[in-house]
Amino acid sequence: MHELSIALSLVEMAEEQTRKQGGSQVFSVHLKLGLLSGVVKDALLFAFEAASVGTLVEGATLMIEELPVVVFCPNCQQEQTPCELFQFFCPVCATPTPEIRSGKELTLVGLEIA
Amino acid sequence: MTDTQPRLVQVREHVLKKNDLLARALRARFTAAQVLAVSLVSSPGSGKTALLEKTLTNLPRDCRTAALVGDLATDNDAARLRRSGAPVRQITTGTVCHLEAEMVQRALGDWKLEELDFLFIENVGNLVCPASYDIGEHLRLVLMSVTEGEDKPLKYPTIFNSADAAVITKMDLAAAVEFDSAAAYRNIHLVRPGIPILEVSAKTGQGMEPWLNFLQSKGQKTSTRD
Repeated sequence: MHELSIALSLVEMAEEQTRKQGGSQVFSVHLKLGLLSGVVKDALLFAFEAASVGTLVEGATLMIEELPVVVFCPNCQQEQTPCELFQFFCPVCATPTPEIRSGKELTLVGLEIA
Repeated sequence: MTDTQPRLVQVREHVLKKNDLLARALRARFTAAQVLAVSLVSSPGSGKTALLEKTLTNLPRDCRTAALVGDLATDNDAARLRRSGAPVRQITTGTVCHLEAEMVQRALGDWKLEELDFLFIENVGNLVCPASYDIGEHLRLVLMSVTEGEDKPLKYPTIFNSADAAVITKMDLAAAVEFDSAAAYRNIHLVRPGIPILEVSAKTGQGMEPWLNFLQSKGQKTSTRD
């Protein structure tokens, strides 16, 4: 359960950005979350609420966009999404696909502030 | 009265940026000092400390080693590892379930890294949380013991996917628990295609020589040593 640590970092980062932009309140926090990030969405939502108490972020909505896993198949020479989340082989030709193009994101992408 | 109309500002920052930057700086420091930083992750009781104990004792004398070891409480592991004669520091995390780059940086303190060849960092026994945190290591090893079941990689894919090599431990018990080596290899490679897999028993010494050779082949000063 490291989502609380992650939520604290997220709140800190959101506050920092808001101040930098001259804002004093945050309405929503937009996050991209890859399915391989190792972070559980529901746990993060829960932790975010607790972590934001007493900050500029208190009361803000955390909007999470989950991103699929995209790998590169060296045989097909193109990007693919594995059939099983954590099984890294090409869904077309079954070649192992160690190269992960996306799915590990844990990125703050935007803030709605005033 | 100031403008209170909400507006959307774009940001594009990794949430663990602070940790990542610190980890990158640590890795640069290790590289500059030519010390190979090796981290060990596994579930509690997979034998990280036992393997490390034997590793610190059995690496050739000209390999200079040190270790950091993370646990929620006690310095029992550090005390065990210190018997090897290598400098060892315990990181007690309190309630935190993983190591972060900042904890590693703090624990290094006044150690002279350039006088070391290997720095081992034993993470908190946990197969979930350490996956998200870069702690500046060059090489992340994931350990699984034969008693844990061949499907461990499928159950905890994120951590196996983040590792550079896998070590199967307690091989002396393999026959007793009817460990299916082929299935374990298949599962590891399903979640992390192509990574090297080693088999060891810290108790009997089985597989220790290939393991030590593997480490030394990754060592940064090996090319300058006779």
